[in-house]
Amino acid sequence: MKACVQARILAASLLCSGAVLGASQALAWEPTKPIEVVVPFSAGGASDQMARTIQGIIQKNKLTTQPIIVVNKPAAAGGEAMLDIKDSAGDAHKLITTSSGIFMTPMTTKLGVSWTDFTPLVMMAQDAFGLWVNAKSPYKEPKDLLAAAKDAKPALKVGGTGSKREDQLLVIAMEKASGAKFSYIPYPGGGAASTQLAGEHIAADTNNPSEEIANWRGGATRPLCIFSPKRLPYDAKVVGDQSWGDIPTCREKGLDVSYEMLRGMFMPGKVSPEQRDYYVGLFRKVAATDEWKDYMARNALVPDFREGEAFLEFLKKDELHHKDLLTQAGFLAAN
Amino acid sequence: MENLASLIAGFELALSWHNVAFMIIGVLLGIVVGVLPGLGGPNGVAILLPLTFGMDPTSAIILLSSIYWGALFGGAITSILFNIPGEAWSVATTFDGYPMAVQGRAGEALTAAFTASFIGALAGVVLITFVAPLVAQFALRFGPAEFFAVFLLTFCSFIGMGRENKAKIIVTLALGFLLAAVGMDTISGDLRMTFGVTELMRGFDFLVVVIGLFGVSEILLTVEEGLHFKGKRAGIDLKVVLRTWTALPRYWGTLLRSSLVGMWMGVTPGGAIAASFMGYGLARRFSRNGAKFGKGEMEGVLAPETAAHAAGTSALLPMLALGIPGSATAAVLLGGLMIWGLQPGPLLFVEQKDFVWGLIASMYLGNIAGLIIVLATVPLFAAVMRVPFALVAPIILIICAIGAYTISNSIFDIWLMLIFGIVGYVFKKLDYPLAPLVLALVLGDRAEDAARQALIGSEGDLGVFFSNGLVGTLMVLAFVLLLWSPMIEGLSWLRRRLLASRPSEAHN
Repeated sequence: MKACVQARILAASLLCSGAVLGASQALAWEPTKPIEVVVPFSAGGASDQMARTIQGIIQKNKLTTQPIIVVNKPAAAGGEAMLDIKDSAGDAHKLITTSSGIFMTPMTTKLGVSWTDFTPLVMMAQDAFGLWVNAKSPYKEPKDLLAAAKDAKPALKVGGTGSKREDQLLVIAMEKASGAKFSYIPYPGGGAASTQLAGEHIAADTNNPSEEIANWRGGATRPLCIFSPKRLPYDAKVVGDQSWGDIPTCREKGLDVSYEMLRGMFMPGKVSPEQRDYYVGLFRKVAATDEWKDYMARNALVPDFREGEAFLEFLKKDELHHKDLLTQAGFLAAN
Repeated sequence: MENLASLIAGFELALSWHNVAFMIIGVLLGIVVGVLPGLGGPNGVAILLPLTFGMDPTSAIILLSSIYWGALFGGAITSILFNIPGEAWSVATTFDGYPMAVQGRAGEALTAAFTASFIGALAGVVLITFVAPLVAQFALRFGPAEFFAVFLLTFCSFIGMGRENKAKIIVTLALGFLLAAVGMDTISGDLRMTFGVTELMRGFDFLVVVIGLFGVSEILLTVEEGLHFKGKRAGIDLKVVLRTWTALPRYWGTLLRSSLVGMWMGVTPGGAIAASFMGYGLARRFSRNGAKFGKGEMEGVLAPETAAHAAGTSALLPMLALGIPGSATAAVLLGGLMIWGLQPGPLLFVEQKDFVWGLIASMYLGNIAGLIIVLATVPLFAAVMRVPFALVAPIILIICAIGAYTISNSIFDIWLMLIFGIVGYVFKKLDYPLAPLVLALVLGDRAEDAARQALIGSEGDLGVFFSNGLVGTLMVLAFVLLLWSPMIEGLSWLRRRLLASRPSEAHN
């Protein structure tokens, strides 16, 4: 623009403004019909809550001109949703929320789909996992639980979501690190596991903070440690004088297991860079709102917003990490 | 009596003008959602959830729970008029409701269904009002073994109480279990019986199967009979409501039994679907008119509707008090609570008193509003039965197809619906009961998961199913119901032998 003004030649100036206009048109891709957000898990779960919170934030702050629709496709541990996005290549009005399932479901079920079929947008945050026990149980520290597990007959029961997924991998990692043996009980969701823990039907569970907070606050369950590499960055009091940040990491307590799970957004493959950039910009705006920060704090999500190269690097590393974990556990589907 | 004071404060909150307006809108939307098969309560609530983000939580939950009430009421309408259950829990309502409509008693059947819904829901709300914390704690005693025992009890009561050929019941039950196993297995994380077909990964959706088995097969049967208009013309006016009401007190036993079954299943959480089947099965066995069930007996409409609604309402109790959703709709409402910034769980009653009691008060008012609205529509819906079948049939088929498609936006499901329509037709011709298949399809994989979770925990020891008083009692009760008929027959055979042997002894 500056060069154009300096030239002070009418023709050149016209040419320049024409070029600028053209460029701004190409940049500003806008959705032209409702945007569908596919949630690969059932309504009410953590992924669903995140999608609906984002939907609420976008609509409340009018960040898009088109409405957002949340669709649940929970079949086959998210496999159905992933195949749907794969088949929607080029559709710029479809998004999918993701967790580590994006690596693990294809690896354990032989479904012909991979995250590389999609266009990565952003990572909104990472989700932590805790080691939780019933509030009345005698275990004060992870080592008490592990010691009890070594002598227990039948083995102590640990609950989690689904099979051959993050919760079961955590239990296997705990067994490897300590030499104790557990019976892993798969439940359809973290909420069910939490209730079963409150009713003393299992000895422990490995829920995300959001899945366990109700029972922790209600005095039915309590955390022994958190499987994150660092303590959670929230110091507001949650229960009595305890905050999320007061929970020690499992490593601090001598249980050398750490794991966090990405919570991100993808869209189908074969979309234009302008379309991708539109959504990256949209989620950048969502992540900056106070409502999103409240949501993160309430569910103790680990702040870790990534886009572009940083997100891609993370995905590549995380995929190898999960492949490793699944191979060690013997869960990789035979081809 | 602290609860009562809180409830009165709740009434004041719920009775504000805009909240009453939300209640009425919610009930009307819910009826629409309930009438359209496939849309269903959970989807309806999920679709409308975003509308409530800007509202204050109390008004939002009043709107959404009114949709829930409306859907509960609306589900009965298509079941009775067209033999198509709009909701999973109204399958059992078709057994006697549809025959009644065919006999020209649609108005009576609808009134009975709506009133029974109201009574059931009221029983559930009273339960929530007065014993919430106590009952909520009871739900925590249910581990995998106890869940399995509840499901087994439902299956056994169905076999034991059924009047059809027992072998045929078991065959269709087994077929239902087989269909339920298709798709992702929670316990192993593997896909089962999908044969590489993407559509089969979802498994067989209950509603697709039900719409086919009941709705489409019924149309086929009617077409075979030569498109004769089956519904007899009957005088339709609001007097039918009063006439039906005067007959109700006679059935107090059934209403009470179904309310109790429903409340229990809702809290435990066996759910409204299991409750409706159990309510129907028990009424058929213990009613004086039991033999006439299936041929258009009003009691056969009252029993499942009361139980389903008592369960549906009670299911909200564990959600509020413990944060456990007792039903799919409750799960969506639960998600809503969190989006509004409320944390469900034991502390909700303490921290959000206004919200909780406003909701409970709205349950009373929403139900009353719902009853008045649906009763006013009875003549309207009953009039549908006067339209010639040749006109109605294609419309019903289209509604069926839309319903099947809506569940997961899949054309494949429409084909599936038609296939199950033919299966249903063949079953009816061969006199195989359809209900056990449906029951096994809904509860089959949950029962399987529960059994396997229990056995993983006990390392294969079957003793886990008798390890405490609760699960032991449930298991024994299940077997008693299963063997009810042989036991009664055995007892009367013994009595006859005793009576027969006594005189002969005298002769000697």
